Amino acid sequence: MKIMTCPLNGPRNISEFAYGGEVKDLPAPGCDDATWVDYVYLQENLAGVVKEWWYHTPTAFWFIAERDTRTDTILKTYAASDVFKERVDFSAGPRE
Amino acid sequence: MNRNRLADKGHFIDRSKPLDFTFDGKRYMGFEGDTITSALMANDVKIISRSFKYHRPRATLSMAGHDANPLVQVGDEANVVADTRAIEAGMVVEAQNVSGSLENDRMQYLDKMGKFLPVGFYYKAFYKPKGAWKRWEPMIRRMAGLGKVDLKAHHGYFDKQYLWADVCVVGGGPAGLAAALEAAEASPDIEVVLVEETAHLGGALSYARFDAAGARADAERKKLVEAVTARANIRVLTGAYCNGWFTDHFLPIIQGNRMFKLRAKAVVVATGSYEQPLVFRNNDLPGVMYGSAVQRLINRYGVKPGSRAVIATSNADGYAAALDMMDAGIEVAAIADLNSERPHHELADAVADRGIPVSLGATVYEAIAKPHLNGIESARIAKITGEGRVADRHDTFDCDLIVSSIGWQPAANLIWHAGGKTPYNDATAMFEIGELPEGMHAAGSVASCFLLDTVIEQGRAAGWSAAKDAGFTRGAMPTVRNDKGEMGQNHPWPIFEHEKGKDFVDFDEDLQIHDLNNAVHEGYAHIELMKRFSTCGMGPSQGRHSWLNAIRLNAKANGLSVNEAGMTTQRPPYTAEKIGVLAGRSFEPKRFTAMHNRHVEAGGKMMLAGLWYRPEFYGDASRRAENIREEVAAVRGGVGLIDVSTLGGLELRGPDAAEMMERMYTWAYKKQETGRARYTLMTDMTGVITDDGVACRFGDNHFYVTATTSGVDGVYKEMLFWNAQWRLKVDITNVTGAYCGVNIAGPKSREVLEKLTDEDLSAGAFPYMGVRMATVAGIPCRLLRVGFVGELGFEIHCPAHSGEALWDAIMAAGKDHGIRPFGVECQRLLRLEKGHIIVSQDTDGLTNPLEADMEWALAKKRPFFIGKRSIEIQRDHLHRKLVGFEIAGENPAMPKECHLVIRDGEIVGRVTSCSYSPTLKKAIGLAYVAPDQAEPGSSFEVRVDSGTMAGKRVKIDTSKTVTCKVVKLPFYDPEGARQEL
Repeated sequence: MKIMTCPLNGPRNISEFAYGGEVKDLPAPGCDDATWVDYVYLQENLAGVVKEWWYHTPTAFWFIAERDTRTDTILKTYAASDVFKERVDFSAGPRE
Repeated sequence: MNRNRLADKGHFIDRSKPLDFTFDGKRYMGFEGDTITSALMANDVKIISRSFKYHRPRATLSMAGHDANPLVQVGDEANVVADTRAIEAGMVVEAQNVSGSLENDRMQYLDKMGKFLPVGFYYKAFYKPKGAWKRWEPMIRRMAGLGKVDLKAHHGYFDKQYLWADVCVVGGGPAGLAAALEAAEASPDIEVVLVEETAHLGGALSYARFDAAGARADAERKKLVEAVTARANIRVLTGAYCNGWFTDHFLPIIQGNRMFKLRAKAVVVATGSYEQPLVFRNNDLPGVMYGSAVQRLINRYGVKPGSRAVIATSNADGYAAALDMMDAGIEVAAIADLNSERPHHELADAVADRGIPVSLGATVYEAIAKPHLNGIESARIAKITGEGRVADRHDTFDCDLIVSSIGWQPAANLIWHAGGKTPYNDATAMFEIGELPEGMHAAGSVASCFLLDTVIEQGRAAGWSAAKDAGFTRGAMPTVRNDKGEMGQNHPWPIFEHEKGKDFVDFDEDLQIHDLNNAVHEGYAHIELMKRFSTCGMGPSQGRHSWLNAIRLNAKANGLSVNEAGMTTQRPPYTAEKIGVLAGRSFEPKRFTAMHNRHVEAGGKMMLAGLWYRPEFYGDASRRAENIREEVAAVRGGVGLIDVSTLGGLELRGPDAAEMMERMYTWAYKKQETGRARYTLMTDMTGVITDDGVACRFGDNHFYVTATTSGVDGVYKEMLFWNAQWRLKVDITNVTGAYCGVNIAGPKSREVLEKLTDEDLSAGAFPYMGVRMATVAGIPCRLLRVGFVGELGFEIHCPAHSGEALWDAIMAAGKDHGIRPFGVECQRLLRLEKGHIIVSQDTDGLTNPLEADMEWALAKKRPFFIGKRSIEIQRDHLHRKLVGFEIAGENPAMPKECHLVIRDGEIVGRVTSCSYSPTLKKAIGLAYVAPDQAEPGSSFEVRVDSGTMAGKRVKIDTSKTVTCKVVKLPFYDPEGARQEL
């Protein structure tokens, strides 16, 4: 069983974690249908280094992992707050 | 007495402890420490099993279970490896794959049918003419498979345990012992686990011979085992096998009925190697075995496997075996050395000193069988004239034992599991370890090293490196001499095809040289295809004794090098494991609410809801329908009490609590007043309904939200996921386990509750959908005036530890009012009468709020909530709609959940809930129908089954349909007057 290092809890068995999909930007509410469908249904599924959401289930902690999907090597993990620092508001338009 | 027992050998057995056991109904005596095979051979039993396909008599080949020959049935346990299973007093052992008796198997005629059973015959025969398979199948099923499964066997005790180690050493031979010692010496703090498959440490040191005098192995073993045992930081697991390597050194180690899940920082693989068979005619007869098998029998168990032997060898191991055999009183009639040059090592010299004739450049190419193949009559030796070819002239030697030592295959299974590479070295004719994964080290014969001094040095170096990987370093890395010695060398082509065949490559599957060649010629040329078509390596021993030669044959037939032919992928498990070991103990976690015992005392019939136990109804199960009807009547006419503790509960606190609510749920919450409750509906990004509940506002910055029993964990996870990105000022907590709750419902519920609280419960002061913090029966509570069941009622949530006290107080206060506890079934019916959906019963993985007719719960003006955009896109693509329906008539055939709504032969929807309502005296339900059928007053057809169970067959009359009439929801009290009393 693989070990994953949780930024909050340290190295734990992978069975304690749940995968949360690729890290991707939520399109602005006013985007066209195609953009929205792409966001909801399509994954990049890249062979290479990807940024993914992971969740440590027992402690309910979301974080981001950078993983090389070709070798299933977890390169690094960090708290979501390292990336998402600002409050997001929808009335303010699309987030960059 | 044991006829073949040696007086002065056998350090595994305890002669002071004789044990009786039976084999095929006959009684035998062995000693404690004997295996089934050693005890049987001591008693001169020649045959242990019959081969899978031809039913040829077989006995031990490897004395290590590296073949299917020693598989036997022990009581209700099938496929026990007799070579390694210790005997026990009273053990009942039976031969497998035998019709009649082991000596006189009725199926042995199959051996003469060989030419009618070509490779892959089961893919070709039996299919023509059409329908033939149906007649053949029962017979083939009976013949195939090994052992008998006792279908009535009970689940034994199996369990699992976690283990951690800095260094795990797999294999307790000289390399493993040295590795464990070196690693343990790195620091008193380092933790080392040493795993050994047999009951004894020592590996080859407990049976092999390394010097002419035959003294070295014993001395070295005692020294190493003593040193390992003395170290407090080495945990030794004997009788334990490491059955696989999983990512980051996670090792399943099975010892008896326990599986250890061991996590190590580094692993030393010192698993040794499998001796390989010489392929010649009749090489499967009882009495043909490896040198290592003979040495195991003699030195470990004091068993003499024959009286006159012929040896074929290409390395020093064969000479070592010859010396051991002579010391055991076995006459060595001849040695055929496959190499053309005289060997120069002390073992060969010692053999020469004893006057044994050695034919150089020669091999055993045929064994002459006794009648009925019950052993060996003689061996034929001829000069080798080329690869796989021998001269016509041969010498015949009478013998009852043919011993071969022509090479080894590394037991590199764990290395292969870990993705390590073992390329074939054409110079040494061996698969040798190449690149190893991080944190993995190999030593000893698995790493193609057989010279004892080098093996121990290699073990030391591997142990040092593994300790270093685990963070412990002491001194410099031990040096390893560059000398591999004369032992363990492989002959490049120990394969001698005979025109009459029976030259076995794979003993498990009875595969001969021409079978593999034919597979290639028929087009199954690739190694993976040849494997599957011929089943070579697919038997119980998984290629341990067959793959090396099979790959060589495949390479030759294809005109490739061995590396070009390649090796098939090896995966865990390394050896057979019992399902019980994987299953472990039967753990079934159960969740009980705080009031659980009260339900049981009141005669609650408990049912599973997720992991929770909830009362389905109260009272005698034989009166199920009546009990439920009485509970309904109590709620509708008086007062009832239900445990709703399993509901999920989430706390949202902070200035952005309302903002968070509006993003996660479809409705509006910013304008919700403090002290009020509001329905919640959650959708996912695709607009599909995922959960519902009630939001209670207890302050500007404080929402308490309920969620469904099974949905709450997902809701909580989803909220945290989004706020990890949105960074709203809100704190979200899952308080499901902290609170328990009850719902007191019915026209008399207010009267009962008033006795227990000072709170003003009048309609004016505490209206429908109001919420309060209150004290009930002295317990601090959250009081919610909500009505899932459609009557005047209050949900009371309190700290879980007070749940039983709350239940007792309400039941006591309601006694005079005829209060009655009601269960889940009653509640489901009551909510159906009110037309409330249950998420995941009345919705599925594709239901959006428009289909569920919940437009009213969608916020119109907000730019965003999860799923809003997807719901809007689907607005123009509505394919179905959820409606309420009723069925006219006295005793209508009741549709059941998932019965289909059919129109013009097409499926347009399905029933999601349906029940007979005792209150309304008719059948009511919810169903998806086509949008144009959704108007109240229209009707639709549901295909119901009038299926009756008769024996095993279900007869379904598919023509039967029931007409349902769409009605406006809710069915009961459409004005909601009763809940707003």
